[in-house]
Amino acid sequence: MAVLANKADALAMRIAGLDLSQSGWSAPARAEALMRLGAMGLPAKRDEYWRYTDPATLIDAEAPAAAPFTYSDEKMVFTGIDRVRLVFVDGVFDPAASDDPAQAGVELSLLSAGGMLHWARDLYGVLETRGQNPVPRHLAALNTAFATDGVQIRVTGKVTKPVSLIYLHDSDRSDVMLHHCIKLEDGAELTVLENGPAAARLNTVMEVDVARGARFHHIRTQGRDHDRRAATHVFARLAANSLFKSFTLTANGRLTRNEVVLELLGDDCTAHVAGAALGDGAFHHDDTVFVTHVGQRCESRQVFKKVLKNGAIGVFQGKILVKQGAQKTDGYQISQSLLLDEASQFLAKPELEIYADDVKCSHGSTSGAIDDEALFYLRSRGVPLKAAQSLLVLAFLAEAIAEIADEALADDIRIRLENWLVRHEGTR
Amino acid sequence: MLEIKNLHVKLEEEDKAILKGVNLKIEAGSVHAIMGPNGSGKSTLSYVLSGKGGYTVTDGSATLQGAQLLDMEPEDRAAAGLFLAFQYPVEIPGVGNMTFLRTAMNAQRKTRGETELSAGDFLKLVREKAKTLKIDAEMMKRPVNVGFSGGEKKRNEILQMAMLEPRMCILDETDSGLDVDAMKLVADGVNALRDAGRSFLVITHYQRLLDHIKPDVVHIMADGRIVKTGGPDLALEVENNGYADILAEVV
Repeated sequence: MAVLANKADALAMRIAGLDLSQSGWSAPARAEALMRLGAMGLPAKRDEYWRYTDPATLIDAEAPAAAPFTYSDEKMVFTGIDRVRLVFVDGVFDPAASDDPAQAGVELSLLSAGGMLHWARDLYGVLETRGQNPVPRHLAALNTAFATDGVQIRVTGKVTKPVSLIYLHDSDRSDVMLHHCIKLEDGAELTVLENGPAAARLNTVMEVDVARGARFHHIRTQGRDHDRRAATHVFARLAANSLFKSFTLTANGRLTRNEVVLELLGDDCTAHVAGAALGDGAFHHDDTVFVTHVGQRCESRQVFKKVLKNGAIGVFQGKILVKQGAQKTDGYQISQSLLLDEASQFLAKPELEIYADDVKCSHGSTSGAIDDEALFYLRSRGVPLKAAQSLLVLAFLAEAIAEIADEALADDIRIRLENWLVRHEGTR
Repeated sequence: MLEIKNLHVKLEEEDKAILKGVNLKIEAGSVHAIMGPNGSGKSTLSYVLSGKGGYTVTDGSATLQGAQLLDMEPEDRAAAGLFLAFQYPVEIPGVGNMTFLRTAMNAQRKTRGETELSAGDFLKLVREKAKTLKIDAEMMKRPVNVGFSGGEKKRNEILQMAMLEPRMCILDETDSGLDVDAMKLVADGVNALRDAGRSFLVITHYQRLLDHIKPDVVHIMADGRIVKTGGPDLALEVENNGYADILAEVV
């Protein structure tokens, strides 16, 4: 009972200052999420999926301070990409800094706009709720109850310009919850970009409903600000013949937990989720992925690569669940770390749970240092030590970067990586 | 070109002497061959000269065109004109062969204070050199040495040598794992690079490579020392009688 009481106290403290919106189309979903949250409480180290990542600073009543990050030495990522920019400063939409959403060629609205009727009523909190079983996602329920803003995007056709969500960080105590709903109708196509330091503490939920034959691309960069904390959640549901691809680059940030929960419901769909993480020093990065195969002949790929140095910690918890009847499933999962010193560590928990008898599933997890033979080979040809190390780090990350379909975006990410490596030179 | 004096080297991890006083002087434009039985220290010599870790120099010196080689980082030795064709070229997944070659070339040029080669000039040059070594475009696009056959790896080494135009080339058992045709191709590549300003040190077990790359001087190495030096005939003697006779004679 003491444990339960403590959990209830922690939750009461966490939500004490938060405002539960009582009106508008999202109110019923919020009330329902609060009830679910009351039943499950907040995450604790003893929870199975929080054993490697201490949730303390994610659930404290107040966000730990983090100085805003300023872009002094390089342009923000995606600067050269033709896109529709939507800017949030400490989680508050900034119309002056944003492009006209009408340009996007999509149906787009803001969560903060409220109103009584909205198509997203059938999506907001719905995929999040589905994703709570069998693993509780406490912070996602918290987000559904208390998110202050976010976008709802509905797409019916093929949209060429990416929708770019830019999160700026201004106040060193900002504590932000954003909730996005994205609905791709039959045959639609959309790319969503996310970047920016966001807040001292950020909690996001993105629910993506991908209808028959639709294609969704998600490319995100996060981190940069050494002290910020973030818990992000992507929930997606895939109908027949649809495609979902998500790539995340994380370059520093004190604590990051990225959860991705995918349900491959229809037949013949494809879901790829990939991540490249670079951590130097006080860096804790956690990828927690759950892919459920329901439909037949679906392909899923998880590719996660982490480069860690000076005591940085990487975590990977990836699961493929193949339900009965999901025959001809092709599931692949790889998680690898490159440890640049002995102080850094990588904790991996790959899981497969298969109830169909005609499937192909593979997983692998490795942890290693830079290959001395390769390093010497490069140096013997005249490549200086640091450049040779960078080349090998980029080579290690190449499989994850290859998951970005668009070449211009992939190049942008590569430049980002190279700049990071230059700034964090000297790997031993 | 290259002058090695009284070189003593031991393995860093165990207190085991490998080279026990190597003396060698290679003039500009000449080709020297080192032959010797397994474990005589031939490969160690090539690694120590190119700067591989894991060895400790306990005595002696090596100079390249007057510069103290053993104090330099491997990349600086390369920029100074040293090149080692590896016995076992390393596979580097994720790094394209072209990217690797261009990075290496420009890094060396930069170290020497020269301007970088433009993408167009580089491409033209690499196509021309690759063609003579029968290296196709597809191979150049693949990651460095990944999925290459033994012969392709060795040809790739020679291509790198041709592109980087070093002054002092060390070939460490470049003939191992090659069939007759591949050896001919590699030897032709090497011979095309012979000129008055460039020297070669060819390390091999067998005389057959020396049929194609004709040496000026042949050394026999045994137990960490050069025990006999002679002309091209010395290689034939080894081929006909093995090492035993020569070694017995020396002792």
